Amino acid sequence: MSSLQMPKVDIAVMSKKDKIASDLRRIINSKNVLSNPDELRPFETDGLTAYRQMPLLVVMPETVEEVSQILKYCNENKVKVVPRGAGTGLSGGSMPLEDCVLMAMGKFNKIIEIDYENRCVVTQPCVTNLAITHAVQDKGFYYAPDPSSQIACSIGGNVAENSGGVHSLKYGATTNNLLGIQVVLMDGTVTKFGGKAMDAEGYDFLGLMTGSEGLLGVITEVTVKILKSPEVVKAALVGFPSIEDAGNCVAEIIAEGCIPAGMEIMDKALTKATNDYSKAGYPTDAEAMMIVEFDGTEHEVEAYIQKTKEIAEKNNSSSLKISKSNEERLKFWAGRKAAFPACGVLAPDYMCMDGSIPRGKLAEVLNEISRLSKKYNLPVANAFHAGDGNLHPLIMFDANDKESLRKCEEFGADILKYCVKVGGALTGEHGVGIEKRELMCEAFNDKDIQQQLTIKVALDPNSLLNPGKVYPILRKCAEEGRVHVHGGKTKFPDIPRF
Amino acid sequence: MEEKQNSQTSLDFNQNTFKPTSREEIVEIIKTCYRKNIPIEINGLKSKNKIGRNFQSEKTLDLSDYKGIIDYKPEELYIKVKAGTPLKEIVEKLDKNNQQLAFEPNDFGYLFSGESNSGSIGGVVSCNFAGSRRFKVGSVRDHILGFQGINGKGETIKSGGTVVKNVTGYDLSKLVSGSFGTLMILTELSIKVLPKPETSKTLIIKNPHLKKALDFLGKALSSSTDPSGGVFYPDYFGKDFVLNDLTHDGGLTAIRIEGPTNSVDQRVNRLSKELGLLDQELSILDNEQSNIFWSRTRNLEVFKKLENNLLRIVLPISETLQVIQKLKSYEIKYFIDWAGSLIWSSFDQLDTKILNEIKDIVKKHQGYITLIKIEEDLKASADIFTIDPIKYKISEKIKRSFDPKRIFNPGKMYTGI
Repeated sequence: MSSLQMPKVDIAVMSKKDKIASDLRRIINSKNVLSNPDELRPFETDGLTAYRQMPLLVVMPETVEEVSQILKYCNENKVKVVPRGAGTGLSGGSMPLEDCVLMAMGKFNKIIEIDYENRCVVTQPCVTNLAITHAVQDKGFYYAPDPSSQIACSIGGNVAENSGGVHSLKYGATTNNLLGIQVVLMDGTVTKFGGKAMDAEGYDFLGLMTGSEGLLGVITEVTVKILKSPEVVKAALVGFPSIEDAGNCVAEIIAEGCIPAGMEIMDKALTKATNDYSKAGYPTDAEAMMIVEFDGTEHEVEAYIQKTKEIAEKNNSSSLKISKSNEERLKFWAGRKAAFPACGVLAPDYMCMDGSIPRGKLAEVLNEISRLSKKYNLPVANAFHAGDGNLHPLIMFDANDKESLRKCEEFGADILKYCVKVGGALTGEHGVGIEKRELMCEAFNDKDIQQQLTIKVALDPNSLLNPGKVYPILRKCAEEGRVHVHGGKTKFPDIPRF
Repeated sequence: MEEKQNSQTSLDFNQNTFKPTSREEIVEIIKTCYRKNIPIEINGLKSKNKIGRNFQSEKTLDLSDYKGIIDYKPEELYIKVKAGTPLKEIVEKLDKNNQQLAFEPNDFGYLFSGESNSGSIGGVVSCNFAGSRRFKVGSVRDHILGFQGINGKGETIKSGGTVVKNVTGYDLSKLVSGSFGTLMILTELSIKVLPKPETSKTLIIKNPHLKKALDFLGKALSSSTDPSGGVFYPDYFGKDFVLNDLTHDGGLTAIRIEGPTNSVDQRVNRLSKELGLLDQELSILDNEQSNIFWSRTRNLEVFKKLENNLLRIVLPISETLQVIQKLKSYEIKYFIDWAGSLIWSSFDQLDTKILNEIKDIVKKHQGYITLIKIEEDLKASADIFTIDPIKYKISEKIKRSFDPKRIFNPGKMYTGI
């Protein structure tokens, strides 16, 4: 593991651990304050397991009032706080600091209200993403953003990271599906941004908080909009003789005015790996494979599928299958969703990168990745949310071999830098966290970052809430030395990812 | 595009109104204002500049010459423009590629000057007023992928980019949307564009009753027919919609269905069945008439001749009926948009006392009010926007973080901000 600079440890706080613990035990039920190393161990990392750090203490509040009092206490006593939801994040956003109180929100696990008239659900933040859909699906509704880890990730974490999913081209990411949140600021202020009405007046704090990675406030309640489930969903599985053909096909589908619910591309390496693993019936001889899915009414889906078929053929598709049943459609996806375990068979370890690129740059970026793969002598397989331009290269390496890990990290950083170079972004859905912190200077200059830090200071003047995340520790980007990027194994291999 | 630190333009700071054509000029103007503590009013095409509080500023920044399309990639679904670009120009450009800005912003020109003026894109973003498709596609802010702007110190800042998925750093695009020019001067905007639907049809239901209308709209939204517009006009506005295929001129509920032609037909049929409608109470507008109907709604044309007293009220759908019933004692004329969540209402009489009563009613029902067009006297004394003390405190801090000397549109939204 490479070294990573974190904010300076506050020796005074470390030395007062017992006092802080006993003070906190007066604020909340004493059994909800954990201080023994054995109890703290499960909280030492999140989904980015390459980094581990035991927190000073863990608190598990049960009410908003408790969250407020804990934050107020920590603010007054200059104690750092790291919020944590389900702990599935892939960029280290909830990795503890040595001198922090880790605020585990796990007890906020209830849906508060289902309101069909206003088509929204009011929920506590640690309810899982999928549980919201489960709560409303009997009435034919669902919650649209579907990050692949939706079975385990919390809605509060989704808000903090602005999570997406395969359907975000058509339905948007978390930020576009939120109506309101209740937030506790570092000084203990409890407030609501938004609510059941749309577009709350004044500055859009709801939008600011979404994707702020736990740096601006602790989310204690979330109101999301729910949608009526589509009547029909159909998918096409298309093989192409080259990445360029697949890329052109994607561009043309969009240019023709079709907005698919989901559109995924895998390269040959990943197509073969996933097919071997899940026997999904993929065209393994194709250089690129695309799954494109449409939802809506029957006529609408039919019209789009027909158009897709024509466009695919025009772009030299080597094979094309349309799902005839829901079972077959799910089978199309089964391989794609098993990309993680499938790559696990190929190499001891793999690192999943997460960059965003303009759709039209796919072939160029994949060619560059292929060049880098040769340069670093590490195999790579690529999955691409073509609908929204989110690229996930999986770099295979051996974590026990320090040189292999080092090369993998550099390879990953090179890919993300290239994503930025072609007009994309450092992260599409996993967040910056600690993983891509130092790469922020690739996307933003010092003034851009300084403006963002000024907002942080406005709401948290002592920089106590989740410090050391998202923004480079040193102020001047130009002063940054070597770039550190870390992926590492996922903590829960059974949870579908990206 | 790094800012040139030493770029000097021949800025004559004695003039009261600046009409820059380059970002360097804007930077120099703002740096001077910052240094000299001079407040400056920011304008685009002045289509909405009457919305908001009156405030004093020594200088005016007119961005109407800072215009032009920088980059348009139809297949990447984005357009990048300078902030002073007229919305009309962007819409026309997109139209050629069968694309659109899906948030269909209101044209306030009819209301304020009796003729179309849909303003500049910078103004559209700064006000964040979305049209009838709001409940389906989101607000203006949901379509802003990234921007470049100048903060109150004259520093050029960027945020976001041109890709849909981007979670790098705080999402400042959201924060500047709806900030009425009080945080930054927007210079460039990258906006998500979407294909225009092949066909649009509108189901018009003859119905003068709000309760029934809300029931229709609620059912339509909870059906799988995926409507993209839902309005209710009471009897007194029915006459404003003379269209070939509209068979009556009284109160009406209208529901828009868009998409591929055969799918639209299928959904229109299904929706009229699901709503249990009889032929005699139903008209169906085809593509062209449907577009005319929704542009009249978007342009607030029923209020074209209105002198004053127009409020915009946003509520959870469940509260709309009760709020309208309570507001009826004030002699109002209103119509409902956003399938029940948005009320545009004029008041025969409006003074500070009445305004406070209305605000109380709306607040109790979890909504908010924006004063769109009111008399100058009232404007001087009333709060145009609603805010609670906690959010005021946070807003004050955020304002300072962008504009530490309060030179951008000071007081336009709230006293002291």
